[in-house]
Amino acid sequence: MTLINTTPNCPLPLGDHPKVLMAHGSGGRMSAQLIDKLFRPAFENPDLDTLHDGAVLTLPQSLSQPLSQPLLQQRIAITTDSFVVNPLFFPGGDIGCLAVNGTVNDLAMCGARPLYLSVGFILEEGLAMQTLWQIIQSMRAAADIANVHIVTGDTKVVERGHGDGMYINTTGIGVLEHEQVIGPAQVHADDVVLLSGDIGRHGMAVMAQRENLSFDSHLISDCAPLAEIVLDLLKAKIDIHCLRDATRGGLAAVLNEISLASGLQIDCDESAIAVNDDVRSACEILGIDPFHVANEGCFVALINPKDKNRALEIMQQYNTNAAVIGTVHKTDSAIVTLRTAIGGKRILDLPTGELLPRIC
Amino acid sequence: MKYIAEYRDGETAQQYLTAIKNITTRPWNIMEVCGGQTHTIVRFGIADLLPADIHLVHGPGCPVCITPLEMIDKAIEISSLPDVIFCSFGDMLRVPGSTQDLQSVRAQGGDVRCIYSPLDCLKIARDNPDKHIVFFAVGFETTAPGNAMLVYQAAQEELNNLSVLVSHVLVPPAIQTIMSSPQNRVQGFLAAGHVCAIMGTQEYTPLAQQYRVPIVVTGFEPLDILQGLYLCIKQLEEGHAQVDNQYARAVTEQGNTAAQNLITQVFRVTSRKWRGIGDIPQSGLSLSQQYARFDAEQRFGMAADTPVEEPKECISGLILQGLKKPSQCPAFGKTCTPEHPLGATMVSGEGTCAAYFKYST
Repeated sequence: MTLINTTPNCPLPLGDHPKVLMAHGSGGRMSAQLIDKLFRPAFENPDLDTLHDGAVLTLPQSLSQPLSQPLLQQRIAITTDSFVVNPLFFPGGDIGCLAVNGTVNDLAMCGARPLYLSVGFILEEGLAMQTLWQIIQSMRAAADIANVHIVTGDTKVVERGHGDGMYINTTGIGVLEHEQVIGPAQVHADDVVLLSGDIGRHGMAVMAQRENLSFDSHLISDCAPLAEIVLDLLKAKIDIHCLRDATRGGLAAVLNEISLASGLQIDCDESAIAVNDDVRSACEILGIDPFHVANEGCFVALINPKDKNRALEIMQQYNTNAAVIGTVHKTDSAIVTLRTAIGGKRILDLPTGELLPRIC
Repeated sequence: MKYIAEYRDGETAQQYLTAIKNITTRPWNIMEVCGGQTHTIVRFGIADLLPADIHLVHGPGCPVCITPLEMIDKAIEISSLPDVIFCSFGDMLRVPGSTQDLQSVRAQGGDVRCIYSPLDCLKIARDNPDKHIVFFAVGFETTAPGNAMLVYQAAQEELNNLSVLVSHVLVPPAIQTIMSSPQNRVQGFLAAGHVCAIMGTQEYTPLAQQYRVPIVVTGFEPLDILQGLYLCIKQLEEGHAQVDNQYARAVTEQGNTAAQNLITQVFRVTSRKWRGIGDIPQSGLSLSQQYARFDAEQRFGMAADTPVEEPKECISGLILQGLKKPSQCPAFGKTCTPEHPLGATMVSGEGTCAAYFKYST
């Protein structure tokens, strides 16, 4: 029997946080700390270390393959995600379509055509069957739109008082139909950063619903599949270096993650980044930075500058707010900067943790 | 968007920057009092756009920053009790006390809730008659009327399962303390627009006269700050010492008299400790005698403050008084970060240290 080395003592200094906090799940600095200090050292392997939304794996060649045939090296992408959104239903979507689109989008961010999903449900005792049915129907509709199949699943029920009604875990598989390698390590100095649409809609819609904030404006989640846009970009042979959808932690989080993983500085222009009026006004009232708010139908693409115009034209067919928002530079610091609306400059930092409204 | 887009217009900002450059003939130190103003200055990168002769000094107007450690510890003690629902504005949840913060209390099973309006506590109290609801009433004059209304309505409804932990502070005594310090180098002030929306500009006229300093009340958009700076520098260059109201769209000389009357009814002026600065006489609010039964410290039999020692490396007191900048602190960005703040100026998003850490290049 092979003995496997394990480290029984938690490497995260207990003085830091002896218990898990909500901030550890917010997609910001504390989430990154948890991944960096606990998960990566424990599961260490090169595929995990790409730190991308999914893993791109090459299938081992089959032993039964005739020697006369060319060796097939099919690349597949695999991703997993869990959905714990509260409330289960929000303007623009629900936990079900969020689960399908979120997983489809993670595969798309690897440059893959999403194909199959598995779904695991954790249901709270007492959840109305009608609610479960509505969510299942929503998942079916989302899967049809995204052209994926839910092929296997699992269900567990937990006691009343646990599970917030429903949690969903998914795993998604897709295939890469091109030769491009897409991920933070591929980002080059002088790459341009394109953003596929306006930001902040999902997070603010969910917050308003959850906290019962009756804004006059209409906050609607942007929950949507992104695979079609990405496949169009790939079909047009756009030289894509990195893709990332701006989910938890918002645009600030994904740009910082890419900057840190690539070791390069990303400079953005605030006036190029679209924020719709409803989102802007809600953020202003609560003192929340739209760059830290989650999105579920918006992504950044870091590409070769020679393809900038063609890529933008394709993205604007899906959302007229798509824009070039920045460029990548090689400097001494892996940071993200923002040219402000009035011509100043500031750092766009990782959000610290939970989005908390300001006092005054 | 009305009141947003036009007050963030880049071209107009450049015009004000040019105007400021044209009238500035020598160095001036100007303090913006309010944390919200600091936030705007750093978020829009205003300081680096100004002429080198204009030095912005960040003042103590962040209620989260100046809440004493002893008060945070009391909040933590109360929130840890069984059958207590502890309600607070969001940014107080992250402020570390001597050993932990309110987020940690929540993680350990305490019922700690972030609320958006103090009046939310009334519903929570009605819905949970077997629990005791405590609201952490923190802030300057801006939040005082809302917090006063909570107590007023609780009394009207005869709710006996609600109390408030009060840590309110007032701006004018802080300005007096700063101007009276022998180390003071502040020559002009940008006063807090939302405080003045409540209290009016009238309170600042005696201060401008006594200390011979221009005081310009400003809003919180970048053009508000730039116009406010222009008006302040113009006064300094011309040797004036008056109160100017840049934020006339929200502020009058008399302020909101209904709000002032409610504050006077529910609260009384008292001395208060400011974290990093110390005791400032007549600088805070406590519940008046008529509403004393809603005081959480009395309700829970909390002892008088036992002074708590701050981390030795933390210089937030000097930063709050505008005597040092975060970059001059040896712990800044090293042992002191937003995830591990040594003092409150790093915890609050409006705290000077946090703003520098997040936004400053």
